[in-house]
Amino acid sequence: MMYATRARQARPELFDERPTIGERLGLAHMDWAMAFAAVGLIAFSVFTLGQATLHDIPGNPHYYVERQAIYGVAGIVGMLVLARIDYSRFRELRVGIYTFLCVSIALVFVFGFAARGSRRAFELPFFAFQPSELGKLLLVLALAGFVIDGARRGSPIRRTARYLALGLAPAVLVFLQPDLGTCLVLVVGTLAVMYFGGVPWTHFAVIGGGIAALIALVLVVAPAIGHPVLKEYQEQRLTSFLNPSAEPGGAGYQQDQSMVAIGAGQKTGRGDQATQTRLDFVPERSTDFIFAVIGERYGFLGAAFVLSLYALLIWRALRIVTLSKNSYGILVAGGIAVELLFQVFVNVGMCLGIMPITGIPLPMMSYGGSSVLATFLAIGVLQSINIQARLSRRGRFAW
Amino acid sequence: MYLRPEDRVRPSRMALRIAVVGGVGVALFAVLFFRLWTLQVLDGAENLAEAKNNRTRSFEIIAPRGKILARNGEVLVDNRTSLALQVDTTKLPEEPAAEAAELKELGSLVHMDLEHVRKALAEGEAVAAGAPITLRRDVGYDLIYYIEEHKGKFPGVSVEKVFVRNYPDETRAAHVLGSTGEVSEEELEEPPYEGLEPGEIVGQGGVEYTYDKFLRGTPGISRYQVNALGEPTPGGRLTSTPPTPGDNLKLTINPAVQAAGEGALAARGPGAFVTMNVHSGEVLGMGSFPTYDPTELTPPLSQAQVDNLFRNPEDPLTNRAVEGLYPTGSTFKLITAMASLNSGVSTPETRIDDPGSITIGEQKFEDSEGVGYGDVDLVEALKYSSDVYFYTLGDEMWQTNDLQDWAHRLGIGRSTGIDLPQAEGSEGLVPGKQWAEEEIAAGNEFVEPWGPGQNVQLATGQGYLQTDPLEMAVAYATVANGGTVVTPHLGEEIEDPAGRVLKEFDPGPRRHVHVDPAYRAAILEGLHEAAQSQGGTSCSSFCEFPIEVGGKTGTAERVGHAYNQSWYLVLAPYPNPQIVTAVTIEEGGFGAESAAPAAKEILEAYFGHQLKEEAEEETETEVGIGEEEAVLEEAGEVG
Repeated sequence: MMYATRARQARPELFDERPTIGERLGLAHMDWAMAFAAVGLIAFSVFTLGQATLHDIPGNPHYYVERQAIYGVAGIVGMLVLARIDYSRFRELRVGIYTFLCVSIALVFVFGFAARGSRRAFELPFFAFQPSELGKLLLVLALAGFVIDGARRGSPIRRTARYLALGLAPAVLVFLQPDLGTCLVLVVGTLAVMYFGGVPWTHFAVIGGGIAALIALVLVVAPAIGHPVLKEYQEQRLTSFLNPSAEPGGAGYQQDQSMVAIGAGQKTGRGDQATQTRLDFVPERSTDFIFAVIGERYGFLGAAFVLSLYALLIWRALRIVTLSKNSYGILVAGGIAVELLFQVFVNVGMCLGIMPITGIPLPMMSYGGSSVLATFLAIGVLQSINIQARLSRRGRFAW
Repeated sequence: MYLRPEDRVRPSRMALRIAVVGGVGVALFAVLFFRLWTLQVLDGAENLAEAKNNRTRSFEIIAPRGKILARNGEVLVDNRTSLALQVDTTKLPEEPAAEAAELKELGSLVHMDLEHVRKALAEGEAVAAGAPITLRRDVGYDLIYYIEEHKGKFPGVSVEKVFVRNYPDETRAAHVLGSTGEVSEEELEEPPYEGLEPGEIVGQGGVEYTYDKFLRGTPGISRYQVNALGEPTPGGRLTSTPPTPGDNLKLTINPAVQAAGEGALAARGPGAFVTMNVHSGEVLGMGSFPTYDPTELTPPLSQAQVDNLFRNPEDPLTNRAVEGLYPTGSTFKLITAMASLNSGVSTPETRIDDPGSITIGEQKFEDSEGVGYGDVDLVEALKYSSDVYFYTLGDEMWQTNDLQDWAHRLGIGRSTGIDLPQAEGSEGLVPGKQWAEEEIAAGNEFVEPWGPGQNVQLATGQGYLQTDPLEMAVAYATVANGGTVVTPHLGEEIEDPAGRVLKEFDPGPRRHVHVDPAYRAAILEGLHEAAQSQGGTSCSSFCEFPIEVGGKTGTAERVGHAYNQSWYLVLAPYPNPQIVTAVTIEEGGFGAESAAPAAKEILEAYFGHQLKEEAEEETETEVGIGEEEAVLEEAGEVG
C-alpha cells in the first residue's frame, strides 16, 4: 500500500496508530449507507423476481432468480475490488478506456447477436455481455479524464465541442444498434461530466436549444420529408406516453397497463393476487417494467421503499461529489450520479406513465447481468472516490 | 500543475453546480413520489377495478367432461357436441317493446310462444345470473344461418357449440351415473366449485356429482383484445390456453350384471337391486326402477318432461337401491340370528318347536304360510324361514337392545359410505325402545311404547323397520366375509384421456365386527339349504342353478300397499361367497315369487361365462361314457 507507507514517512506522529483490518483491506472508509442502498436494491430485485417470474420459464421456476443472484454477488465483489483501487489511475488510462469503449461497442455490430431487431450484446458462455451498459461507466471515466486533461487547451467553445464529439461518438454507435435508451444515458453522462467540468451555462443553453431542434427534426421534419431517423417502434414509444390510450396493443397501451398495474397495488399491494404483471398485461416485467411488478405486488409501501433506496443512493453519490479530493473525482462522481438519477427517473417515470418508453433498465432492479454488473462497478468507483477522500483528509496520502 | 484562473473550477461555482443537481434530484424524486401516491392511493381503487375488468376479455373454451366407463372399459357416458341457441339477457334491447318483439320472433323460430321464452329465460337466470341461457339445444343449421343473416335483429342471441352428455344405452345405470347441469349460484359459494364461472357444467347426481372434480375439465381460455363494446378486435387474439379435458372415471360396474339387473326389474315393476363384491365392497351392479333417461334432465325441459320426472308418483328419480325405505321381511332373519347367537340367547343347535303360530303376551303371531315346521334348529329355521323360531328369539331379546345393536353393527339404518349423494334420512331406521320413547315424547300418536310384540316384528323384518337393498347387502356381506363391514363403492379408478391410471379408489373397510366362524358356517348353511335343497324357500328358483349359492327370501307387509314387498338376498358361490345380490320388488308378493327369480337372472349374468364353460364341460363328459355315472351322481346331489 503505497500511500500508507508514504504517509508514515510524512507524518511520523501517526506512526502509533495501527491500521485496522478495514484499513488494511482498503475498505475502512467506504460509504456504508450507499453500499447498504445498493445491496438492498439487488436483494429486493432478487426477491421480486423470485415471486414474479416463477412461471415464466416452464420447468425452471428459478431461472431469473438464480442468475440475478449470481450477477448481484459478482457485482458486489466487483464493487469491493474497485473500491480499493485508486480511481485516479483511470484518468491516466483514459485513452485506453475510451478506445476499448468505442471498439467494444463497434465490435457488437460484427460479432454481436441480434435480439428483437437490435444487435447490442456478445454471447458469452455465462451471460450476454452488453458493452454499452459498461460503456455508461467507461465513458464517464474517460471523458472526465479528457476534460481535466484538456482544461488548458483551446478556447472554451472548442473545448465544449471536443467534449461533445468525444461523448457523442459512442452514443451514436449505440444509437445505431439500435438502443435508444442507452444512447440517451451516454448523452446525459457526457453532459453531466461537462457540467461538472465547468462548461459555461451559456454553452448548455445552446446545447439545449440544439437538442430541442434535433428532437423536432427527428420526430417531425424527418418523417415528413420521408427519411425517418427513428425506427417506427422507437418513435411510437417516445410519443405514445403523451396519448397513452391511443391504440390497444401498441406502446401506449403497454404503458397504460403498467399504470393500471401500479395503481391496482394500492397501499399494500396485491401479492400473488396480482393480475396485471402476472398475466402478461404488462410486458418485459422482469426487465424494463419491473417497477410495475413492485408497484402491483407490494403497493405504495414497496414502491416507495425502492424509491427511497434510490434516493439514498443518489444522495450519497452527490455527497461524494462534494467530498472528492480532486477534480477528476468530482467529474467522475458527478457523471455517475447524474446517470443513475437519469436512469431511475426515466425508468420509473415510464412505468408511472410520465416519461416515454425508452428501454432504459432500472439499475440493479431490472434483470440483466450487464446492467447489474456495470452499476455495481460504477458504485465501486464512487466508493473509491469516497475512500480516497477520507484518506486524504486524514493526510494519509500525497498528491 | 496550475490551471489558468478562468479554467479552475472554483469551489463556490462547483458548490452551486452540485446544489443545482441536488435540487433537480429532489424535484425529480418528488415528482415520482407524488405520481406514485396519486396512482396507488388516490386512484388506487379505480385502477384496481380496471385491472380486474381489463380491456382484454377472456373467452372460455369449454373442456369436454371425462367419460364414465364400466369396469371392462365399456362407455357408459361420453360427450357429443350440440349446437345450442343461447340468449345473453344482458344484451337484449332495453326497451320493453323491442325486447318483447325480439323474443317473440326468436320464439317463433324454435316453436315457443313468448310466455315460454320468458319463462325459460327467468328459470335460466335463477340458476346462473349473467351466464348465457340455452333456449334450445340441437338446433339445425337452417336456424343458424337465419340468425347469422339477421344478426342485427337478434342482439344477444348466439348459437354456440356445446358439449352435452351422451348416454349410449339411454337409461342404463341412470341412477348410478346421475346427471349434469349448470352450477347453481349457491354451489358457486361452496369449496368444491371454487373458481368456476356461472353457467359451467357440473355433476348434479350420482357419480357425476361425487367424482365431479375429476370428471370436470379445465376450460381453456382465449384472450382477446376487445373494443369498447366488448367485442374481440380482428386479429386481437393475445393468448390461448387449450382446454384440459376431464379425466375418465372407471366404475366397478359389470355391464352384464347391470343389464341383467335392470332387465329383471323392468319385467317386475318398481324395485331395486344391488350386486356387490363381499370382500371389497365393489358394486358390480345397482339399479332402480322405474328409471329415466338422463338426457331428459338436461335443460331446457318441456312441461311434459318435468311432469314425468318430478311429479310422477312412481318417482323415477329416486335411487331405490340406496334411498328406498322398506321393511325387509324374512331377509332380516340373518341379523336376528347374529344378534341372538352373539348375545347368548341361542346357539346354532338351539331347537325351537314351530307349531305354526306363537302367542306372545296377548298377541298371536303366525308363520306366513300358517303351517308349522316342527322342531327346528337354526339351519332348518333359515331353510324353511320359520317365523316362530325368530319370533321366539325376538321375544327373548325384547328387553335388551341386542337386536337393534346387531342391526346397527351390521350397517342397517346407518350410512353405508357409498360414493353416491343421498337424500337426508335415506339411511333408514331400526326401531327400538329408545326410538319409541323419543317418538312418543315428540307426540307421534301412532307409536306405542316398545314391547315384546314390536321386537318380535322387527325380528322378522316387519314393523317400522326401514332399510334399503344396499344396507342389506352390506349386512350379508359382513357375515359372508367373516366380519368386515365393507364400504360399498362404485368408483374404481381415474384415468387420463389417454387411459393412464391416475388414481385408484379403495375406501377400505368401514369397521369390523366379530363373526364367530361357527355362527357364520351355520348361517351360510341355512341360506344354502333355503336356496338349493328341496323344501327350501327359494328352491323353485335356485335348485336347478348349477352354482352353489345361499339365499334368503323376504316378504314384507308395507303400509299402504296392497301386495307385499318381495325381497331376496343371495350370496354366491357357497360356501365361500364372492358376491352378494340384494333384490327388492315393490308389491312383488312372496320373496320367492318375484325377487328370487330376478336375483337368479342377475347371477346368471355374473356367472355367465362360467355357466357356459360348465355347460360345455357337461357335454364333453357326456361324450366320455365312463364318466356318465359320476355326472349323474353330481346332478342328483344338486337336485
